[in-house]
Parts: sequence; structure tokens; C-alpha cells
Amino acid sequence: MALKMVKGSIDRMFDKNLQDLVRGIRNHKEDEAKYISQCIDEIKQELKQDNIAVKANAVCKLTYLQMLGYDISWAAFNIIEVMSASKFTFKRIGYLAASQCFHEGTDVIMLTTNQIRKDLSSPNQYDTGVALTGLSCFVTPDLARDLANDIMTLMSHTKPYIRKKAVLIMYKVFLKYPESLRPAFPRLKEKLEDPDPGVQSAAVNVICELARRNPKNYLSLAPLFFKLMTSSTNNWVLIKIIKLFGALTPLEPRLGKKLIEPLTNLIHSTSAMSLLYECVNTVIAVLISLSSGMPNHSASIQLCVQKLRILIEDSDQNLKYLGLLAMSKILKTHPKSVQSHKDLILQCLDDKDESIRLRALDLLYGMVSKKNLMEIVKKLMIHVDKAEGTTYRDELLTKIIDICSQSNYQYITNFEWYISILVELTRLEGTRHGHLIAAQMLDVAIRVKAIRKFAVSQMAMLLDNAHLIASNTQRNGICEVLYAAAWICGEFSEHLEEANQTLEAMLRPKVTTLPGHIQAVYVQNMVKLYASILQQKERSGEKEGAQEITQLMIERLPQFVQSADLEVQERASCILQLIKYIQKLQIKEVPVAEEVIALFAGELNPVAPKAQKKVPVPEGLDLDAWINEPPSDSESEDEKPKTIFHDEEQRHSRHRQPEIDEEELARRREARKQEQANNPFYIKSSPSPQKRYQDTPGVEHIPVVQIDLSVPLKVPGMPMSDQYVKLEEERRHKQKLEKDKKKKKQKKEKRGKHHRHNSLHTESEEDIAPAHHVDIITEEMPENALPSDEDDKDPNDPYKALDIDLDNLVSGKPSRPLADSEKLPVQRHRNVETLKSPDSEAPLVEKKSKKPKKKEKKHKEKEREKGKKKEKEKKVVEEEEEKKGEDLDFWLSTAPPPASTTQPQSEPEVGAAVVPEAQEVKKEEREEREEEEEEEEGKKSSKHKKKKHKKEKDEKSKDKKKSKKKSHHSEEETTESVQNGTLDDEPLPPMSSYRLLAENPYIKMTYDIQGNLQNDSQVTVSVIFENKSTSFLKSMELNVLDSLNTKMLRPEGSSVHDGIPVPFQLPPGISNEAQFVFTLQSIVMAQKLKGTLSFIVKNDEGSTHEKLDFKLHFSCASYLITTPCYSDAFAKLLESGDLHMSSIKVDGISISFQHLLAKICFHHHFSVVERVDSCASMYSRSIQGHHVCLLVKKGENSVSIDGKCNDSTLLSNLLDEMKETLSKC
Amino acid sequence: MINAILVFNNHGKPRLVRFYQHLAEEVQQQIIRETFHLVLKRDDHICNFLECGSLFGGSDYKLIYRHYATLYFVFCVDSSESELGILDLIQVFVETLDKCFENVCELDLIFHMDKVHHILQEVVIGGMVLETNMNEIVAQVEAQSKLEKAEGGLSAAPSRAVSAVKNINLPEIPRNINIGDINIKVPNLSQFM
Repeated sequence: MALKMVKGSIDRMFDKNLQDLVRGIRNHKEDEAKYISQCIDEIKQELKQDNIAVKANAVCKLTYLQMLGYDISWAAFNIIEVMSASKFTFKRIGYLAASQCFHEGTDVIMLTTNQIRKDLSSPNQYDTGVALTGLSCFVTPDLARDLANDIMTLMSHTKPYIRKKAVLIMYKVFLKYPESLRPAFPRLKEKLEDPDPGVQSAAVNVICELARRNPKNYLSLAPLFFKLMTSSTNNWVLIKIIKLFGALTPLEPRLGKKLIEPLTNLIHSTSAMSLLYECVNTVIAVLISLSSGMPNHSASIQLCVQKLRILIEDSDQNLKYLGLLAMSKILKTHPKSVQSHKDLILQCLDDKDESIRLRALDLLYGMVSKKNLMEIVKKLMIHVDKAEGTTYRDELLTKIIDICSQSNYQYITNFEWYISILVELTRLEGTRHGHLIAAQMLDVAIRVKAIRKFAVSQMAMLLDNAHLIASNTQRNGICEVLYAAAWICGEFSEHLEEANQTLEAMLRPKVTTLPGHIQAVYVQNMVKLYASILQQKERSGEKEGAQEITQLMIERLPQFVQSADLEVQERASCILQLIKYIQKLQIKEVPVAEEVIALFAGELNPVAPKAQKKVPVPEGLDLDAWINEPPSDSESEDEKPKTIFHDEEQRHSRHRQPEIDEEELARRREARKQEQANNPFYIKSSPSPQKRYQDTPGVEHIPVVQIDLSVPLKVPGMPMSDQYVKLEEERRHKQKLEKDKKKKKQKKEKRGKHHRHNSLHTESEEDIAPAHHVDIITEEMPENALPSDEDDKDPNDPYKALDIDLDNLVSGKPSRPLADSEKLPVQRHRNVETLKSPDSEAPLVEKKSKKPKKKEKKHKEKEREKGKKKEKEKKVVEEEEEKKGEDLDFWLSTAPPPASTTQPQSEPEVGAAVVPEAQEVKKEEREEREEEEEEEEGKKSSKHKKKKHKKEKDEKSKDKKKSKKKSHHSEEETTESVQNGTLDDEPLPPMSSYRLLAENPYIKMTYDIQGNLQNDSQVTVSVIFENKSTSFLKSMELNVLDSLNTKMLRPEGSSVHDGIPVPFQLPPGISNEAQFVFTLQSIVMAQKLKGTLSFIVKNDEGSTHEKLDFKLHFSCASYLITTPCYSDAFAKLLESGDLHMSSIKVDGISISFQHLLAKICFHHHFSVVERVDSCASMYSRSIQGHHVCLLVKKGENSVSIDGKCNDSTLLSNLLDEMKETLSKC
Repeated sequence: MINAILVFNNHGKPRLVRFYQHLAEEVQQQIIRETFHLVLKRDDHICNFLECGSLFGGSDYKLIYRHYATLYFVFCVDSSESELGILDLIQVFVETLDKCFENVCELDLIFHMDKVHHILQEVVIGGMVLETNMNEIVAQVEAQSKLEKAEGGLSAAPSRAVSAVKNINLPEIPRNINIGDINIKVPNLSQFM
């Protein structure tokens, strides 16, 4: 025995340890792989031994090999063995190896659960620490579920070292097991105020990660973070918090207002660049969020831009880079303030650091205007020539094209210039972006009609010089431009002056060296050319000329017939035959040109890239519904019909179609048939097809964007883009002079007349008229295309599962306490009685962790009782405190001093420190706020009252539910027809949902807002424009100032300041309707957007520009979609207890109950679920899936409405709106 | 979140590889190679940030690196991390290594990969920053090695003796990097910590 021991240790002396392995690998550089495989064999032997030290050594070596790229998952079981060693030394090696190679797919991982649990509760803090560290890397959903409770307990460990690790790892647990978030959150929040700065920092870290993904759930923590921000001195924590605020402000502009002060102070005071930079970033985010509401923050913008300029001018490249990065964020909302630093940014283009140059390029993209486009592009062209290395040059090239083509060529005033820039770019050798240039050429030539003549002449020249471009076809992407050149010359051959010459150029033998697809285009387009030459010759009676050209084709085409490319071969041989036939006819002196040209009649229109995708699914077409009956009954039985209500957890999977029962299907089918019968676009089998699409021969129906006209300009010969710059300057100068003259004239003429100038500052962008009369044809889209872009949504986003409402949990409201099912699973011994909530555990943990587990049971019960009592007391205190302090609205609406004193017990000094500073600055704002405060307080007190009455009401409503259930059966038939309150025969007064938007002597606008069923964050605003004048109204453009929450959906590429053109003109007395889509984030509150309609009034006296301002009011009701609901589902919903409750009462109602219901249905988009006498239940659903249930009761002269909804804010806003409607009755 | 921490030398040989999401070994090696090529192209006087496209999966990721003598320390992070903060963190990590190894050089990292990992685990766990205070980190690392020594006692003695014997044959291990190089300018370090 002793001998064996000695032998074992001697063996070990010759085992390799990690150092030997490394040394060995270094010594076997030539045959490393062979050496390592030898070592692996040895390791396998070592792993078979019983000695844990040997095993640990082997596992340690494996970890090293893993780093070199060797798979070590085969040793997973041995790693677990080492993990369960009793000695820390070995345990650590095991956990390290596990953290490097275990993952969700490792099957033995489930064996570790108990071992890890044991280590977590080890008396040695480092055992616990190592287990936590390991777990952070390989936690699986199962491990997370089983260990969540243990880790949560560790969050209150006595040692801060363990606490901070446990807090961090909870984030990983949340990711894998989202159900743990709600129960763990209160404790996590507690840790924000942990005495140890490390733990605090960890908690901030975790909440920031959580909040970054789902910011809206964490808004209520803003006051707490605000306090931390003003008190913390740890820059890491500060940075995290400030970043978090950056994510929160877009949701709550009021928060931004509150932040500006302290952030500006930090910017002034801090010396840490990292902190300064993050502050600037967040201030920018705040300013963006405020951009719609508060115009006067130019001081803050100036400060940011100033600081950024300092960063950019710094010699440290890192700061320069970050400065540019942040600058580009400002650019989006405040382009003017950045544009003044154009010099600096152009300088950065010369920087030796490519990352910085690329950032500067990005900035330039946003800085161009009509005025400076040519200048900037000229600079870029110089850089293109200078650039070494093709990657950067290619980047420049794409940027030039991006800059010029952005927003539908918005900034290009002279397309001849742009074409010549493109032509100049073709001289770049070895670029990969030939196809990009080609695409631009095609796009411009097709969409800008006026430029076609010029474009054709340029393209003809390119074709003529094809040998220069195509000199090295193999690695040369630039020959792609020949594709565009050939097509343009062919398609628009009527503009070609020397068609013969071009045709000859295309028939050169050299062409056959081009790539196949280009040759194919050549072949096709030379026929187009041929056809137009033929026509020309026949018209002028040059029979010989016509025959000559035919002969030329017949001679040269065979070289293409021999092509190896099938496409080329096929086209060429086909065309050759055609031309031979033409030749025969020509010999017989039959005129053929007209017939040949007919081959290419008609125009090709551009189709938008996503047009196909955007064809909307017709209403009533359910792609998921069965076309035939499902194959067998057994399958369909499996799918039990669910209620149409998803509970909150399911809401993230909104796109899923609720399963439907047969009845519903039948109903839908019926509805669909109806729909189809009424739908003119539905192609029916009956022989009455309405050829809606075929009737319209394309061109006339393409919407044309008009750009104002000016002097046409023609430059013969080879264009140099530079000369355009000069010409442009001259032209602008002239224009300016002309304008000045005009202005003077106008002033003379129109003195005293009612006249509104559109902003008259000379040299403003808008004043620069383009050099050409240019129509940019917009690309074709299918009718009713949905402008939504759902492409970027990732259905597999792991963070979505963490979108869990924590508010009511945090603020301790009783509305949605932890359900039993939500509590974390706890491992326990046989006869443990009731589940205890993790909350009640909280005060115990500190004591518990010291005690050995076996004794625990007896104590548990006693302590639990104590705990419960304590908790009750605690809750009462907390609730009161929270009502005052934690309510976000309250916090946000009051000035900082009272806010910081809300928790005077905990940190009075901080509060005191903040007060004087804030007081000084905010004195002016204060007065306003105090008013708000009063209002707020008024609301508060009413809330209190409500709470008192709540119980009674709850009971009442329960009674009602019961009675409803009883009456349910007898009423069922009627309830069906009661839908939307139109049961009675009583005639209803006519109602219109269109409300007045704005009105002036020329035009009247009324509007209606409808939720969009397909998209949970969009509403469609239909505006009716009515021309009240005797003049012709045209060029109407509607623009709104987006708020952070609500934005008008503009066509791709246009900026937030662009208006949307109204797609029609209005003759006198005519009205027409246009629709605008808005995207929203939060729908719980009503919104108001300011906007302007600009239009041109044209009558006999001339035309004038007019403007009409309006306010678009998005009421909460407009976010609701009338959704029918069955009474049983309705009852279930009410019982679920997930809904907040609120009620209103309106006196002095004289109209009948029937009318009242109809009004609510019509104006607020509800549907009647059930009606019994003078009592009705109603239901609606918001576009974001909130359920809204109402119980409407009519007394003699009053109406009371009790509402329940998932979201209390939404509910109270809805009720307020309803109150307003009803009080008008 | 930090997505990965890579340390490799001027020739692209990995010295420390720590991914915080699971990737197959081949993919890891591929990423190390590509990262190395990206970083190698850049000379020392240009900025330490680098957009890495979709190399690590998401488009959100950014590489932040520092070059010390023969070693590159590369952190791959997403947008929730402060760029300058991470630069400082790298500095803290390297200085901690310097303290724990007493004048750290590449060879220390080569021969004591396990120890480097253990030190890193006191700085970053699961992709989140655990501790930024160097003294605290060093204290925890030392406490653990003390624990290891106390445990080791008898069983570790022979192996230590053996490695001492083995080391005798080796020529003096060249200490080719010196922390002297490590203290290159960190513009905001003193203010930051």
C-alpha cells in the first residue's frame, strides 16, 4: 500500500504539468500537431487515474489546449469530477475548464446542479466565488431555474465579494430564465443602495443592461438613479447611469429636462474624459428627445459642440474618433450647429488614421446641402485621386454616391454635373464598385427625363472609349458601367446624335472579351439602336444607308453567335435571323422600320426595390387559415381553442395568430366572400374582370415630383465636373441678382396687398433653384403598400423575454403581486409546508446564511411568522413612502428640491447638497411647476379616495359579474346583434368621426385617426382637404414636428424635417382625402403634434404661397381598435386580475342609453359585449394589445363608467376623453 | 457587456482567450485570426477603437484594444460599454497582471495561463465588469493563492520540486517585455480611477 503511494507520487514526478506542456509545444515547432496529439493521449491516461491531483493537472493542460483551438468537450465528465474536488485548488481548475468549454449543448451539465448548489452554500467564500464565476459562463435555462433561488439568497450574503458576484450573475440567470426577474427584482433594487460600492456598481450594471433592452419598464427607477447620479463619485457607476439615462429619455422627455442641469454641471466640472464624453452623449440624447417640445436649448447644443470640437482637435486619436462619433449624433437633429465646423471635419479627411477618416466621411454625408454639395464632392474627388489602397478609395467612392443620391437626389441641383462625376469615377482602376456606378447611371437616366439627352451622349462616349475601361476585364469591376452605358444608349437611342458611330463601337470585336451578362445587354441594345437608325434612314429616304447598316449587323453579329455564354449566344442568333429577314424585305423595298421599332415600343418604369414585398395582404385573406378542411380530425382536436386574450407574458409574441375555432372560421369565410364581392381588385372567376391595371398605360400614372424650373444649360464636349462648379457659381450669382430685382418689383407692386413671403433670407438652401427643369420619377409601388419596414425585427431576440412589467411590483401596489406560479422554485426536503414568497425571506437571509441547514426547519416557522409581521409593517411604511416619493410622475413634475427630500431618512445630506444648487437655477421654472404640482396633488388626493372605495367597488363589480353570467345564456342571441350598439330601431343622429383640423379662407382640413391592425406601433391619419376658394390649390405639402413618441412616417431617405407631398391637387370646391402614417412608441397618453400645410394658390392673378398651421390631436381612443369580444372571454379577462381599475361619473346626461352606447362605440372604438337594461359591458383593444373593459351604467340623470385595463395611465386617459365626449351630450 | 477578451502576441499566437458566449473552437480560432489581422494593420499612433463588422455576430460590437510591447489586449464590447472606460479597464488589468507577476512579461502569460484567467475572473465575470479597483483585485487574487498554498502543503510540494528541477536545465527565461513599456500614456487614467 505504502509502496503504491510512493509509486504514485513518483509517477507524478514524471507527468507533465502545464509548464512542461507549454515548453514541449514550444520545442516542437515543426511537428506541433503531432506532439499535441501525443500529449492528449497522455492526458487521457492521466484522466483514468483515481488521483484527483493527476486529474486536475490533466484538466488544466486541456484548458490550455482549448485555447489553441482543440476541442476538449470529450473530457466534460472529467471536468465535472475535478469541479467536485474538495480542495479549492482543484475545484478552481475544474470550474475554469468548465467555463471555457461548457455550453447549453453539453449534456453532462445537468449533473452539476447539486455540486454547484453545494459550492454556492460553502462556508468558504472563495468556493462560492469560483462556482459563481463558472456559472456566469455556462448557465443554462435548467441551471438557472434550479439555482435562481440560491443565487438570489447570495445577493444578501454577508461578504460584499459574494454579493457583487451574485448580483452580476443574476443578469445571466434572467436571460436564461426570464420568470426569475419579477421575484428577484425587489432585491436587486435594494442592492442599488448597498453600503459596498462594488455591490452598488454591480447592481447598477445589471439594471442598466436590463433597461437597455426594455427601457420602458425601468422608468420608475429614474428617481433612484437620479439620486445615485448626484451622490456617487465612482466614475464607472456614473458612466453606467448616464448611459442608462440616455436610453430612458426618449421615453420620457420630462426626465430629459430634469437631467440637463446636472449633466451640464458634470460636463463643466469633471476632468475625466470618459465621463465628459458620456455626459455629452446623454445630453445629445436629451436634446434629441426635446427637439420637438423645447426649442430653446441652443446653449446646451453649443456647449456639446464646443466640447466635441475640443475632443476632435485633441492630439489623442481616441478622443478625436469619439468626438466625431458623437458629432454625427448631433448632426441628425441639429445639422446647422455641426455644419459650422465643416472645416474641422474636412481636415479629418486628411488624417492618417483610417477609422477617423471614415467617421469624418459619415459626418459629411449628413452635412451636405444644395449649396455645398458640389464643393464637398469636389474635395472628395481629390481624395479619391490621392487615396492609396483600394479599400479606402472604394469607401470614398460609395460615400460620394451615397451623398449625392441621398433623399432621392435631394441636394443635386445639376444632374449634368452628377453624370459627369459618375463618368469621372469610371476612370478608377480596380474598384469593386462598378455595379454601383452603373446602377446610379441607370437610375438617373431613367428617372430624370430631362437629363437623358446628356446622359446618352456621355454614355455613347463611354462606349466609344470602352477599350480604356475594359482593358483588364479579369479583376476589373468597372466594366460594369458598360452595362449601364449600353442599355442607356439603346433604350434612349432617339437622343443619340451619332447613332451609327455608337453602333459600330458596340460591334467591335473587343466587346467579346467582356463578361457575358454585359455582352448580352450589348446585343439586345444594339438592335434598339439599329431600329432607330433604320427608322431615321427610311424617313429621310436613304435606302442605301439603311441597307448598309443592315449589312454591318449581319457581318458583325456572328462573333456573338459564337459566344460561350448561352444568353449572348441565344440572343445573338435570334437577332441575326431577324435581321436577315429584314434584309430580305429591304431588298424587296418594303419599309420595315416602323415594325422593327414596334419591338421596343413603350417605356420601362422604375419599380421600387421593395415593391413586391410591400404588396399588402388583402383584407380577409388569412394566410394561416386552412384552404381545405384539415387532413384529419385528430389533429384539429389537438388545437384547443384558446381565449383570444393573451396574458401579459404572451404579449411579446403578438404576431402569432390566435387559433380559431370552426365557428369563427366559418364567420370569417363568409366575411371574406362578402369582401371579395365588393372588392373591384379581386379577380373573380366570373367573366367580368375589371382590367384596372391593364387599362393604364404606365407613364401617365407615374407620380412625378416637380422641381422648379430654371435656365437650361448645355455644355458640349467632354465634361469635367469642375467646370460645373464654376458655372454653378455664376448661375447662382445671376439668380440672386434676378431675385433681388424681382423682390424690388414685388415690393413696389404689392405694397399694401395682403401678401405672405416665404422666408426671404437670400442664399438660403431653398432659394437655390436647380439648373434643369427636372422631373424625378418616383419608383412604382403597389397600391395600398404598407410603408412599414418590419425587416429589422428579430423574432429570436433573447432580450425580448425580459420585457416584463416591473412597475407595480416595484412600487408595491397591490395590483399585480407575485403569483404563486411566479415564485422561484426552491429545493426543499420532504415535508415542507407552504411556499413562502421570496419577499418574506428577505429579512431572514442574513441570519440564515450563517446557520447550518439542518437546524433551519424549526426556526423557519417561527421566523416566518415574525417575518410576515415585519413585512406587513414594512409594506405599510413603504407604501406610504412610495406613494409620495417613488411615483415617477410626481417626481418628474416637481422641482428637484422636494424630490430629493422624499427619502430624508436615508440620505439627508445628499438632498441638502442638491437643493441650493438646483434652487438657484430653477427659480424661474419653479413658478410654473408649482402650479403643476398643485394640480398633481389634487389628483393624488382623489387617488387616495379612490383607493379607499376600491374594495367596495370590487365587491360590487363581482356581484355584477355573477349576474352577468346568469343572464349570459338567455341574452346570448341578443348580444350578438347588440354589437356596436345598433340594436334598437331608434334612429341615431348622424355622426362623423372626422374632426376639424384647421381651416382658413382657402382650405379646410378634417381628420380621423385609425389604428393599424397589422402594426402595433402605427396609426393612419386620414385627412380630408377641402378647397373652399375659387382658386386652384396645388403643391400641397404636409409637415409635422415629430415628437419623440410620435413620428410621421416619411419615405425612405428623407429627413425628419421634410414634409410629405399631398398626392393630388385641388380644383375649386373639390375635396379629397390623403392618408399619412404615423409611428408611435407609447400609446398610453394622448399626443398633440404641431404641423403645417404649405400650398400654392393659383388663380388668374398669379400664384401665392400659403401656409396653414394645425395641431394634430392623437386621442387615446384613436389607438383603440373596435374588437368584438364574447361575454365568456370577457368574464375571464375580468377575473384574471391583471387589470387596473378606474371609474368616472358624468352628470346631466339627457340622451338615451342607446345613443350613449352608440357614441362610445363610434367615437371611442368600443364594441358592446352585453347589455342588460341600462347597464352595458363594452370592450376594446389597443393596437399594442391592451385590453380595455368598460361597465357603463345609466342612472336617472347620470352615467357612471367603470373601466379596467392593463395599463392604468391609458385607462385614466381614455376615461377622461370619454368624460369629455359625454359631457357634451 | 463585454463579448470577448483576447490576448495575443505580435504574431497572432493566442495567450488568453475568453469568450462570453459559446462558440465552437474553430470559430474562436477564426475570430482570433481575423481580429489579429485587423489589429496588426494599425500602427500604434492611431485610435484604439475599431468597428469589426459582423465578425463577432452582432453589428453592435466594437473592438477596443491596447498594444503593449509584444502583446495585444483586445476587448470586444457592445454599445453599453464606455469606450474610454474599457481602455482604462485594459490598463487596470495589465497593471494588475504586473503586480501579481512582478514585472509581467509575455512568458508569464504563456506559462501561467491558468493564473491569468483567475486574475481576469476578478475583473470581469460573465461579460460584466466586476471590479475596477486594482488593490481590491490584487487582494482577492492573493487571498486565493494563499488559500491554495495552505491547501497544497504536502501534495503540491513534490510537483513544485520537480518543476524547480526541470527549470534548472533551461537557459534563463528571457524577460522580453517590461512593464516600463506598459505605462504608455493613458490620457485620463489618473482622473478616471
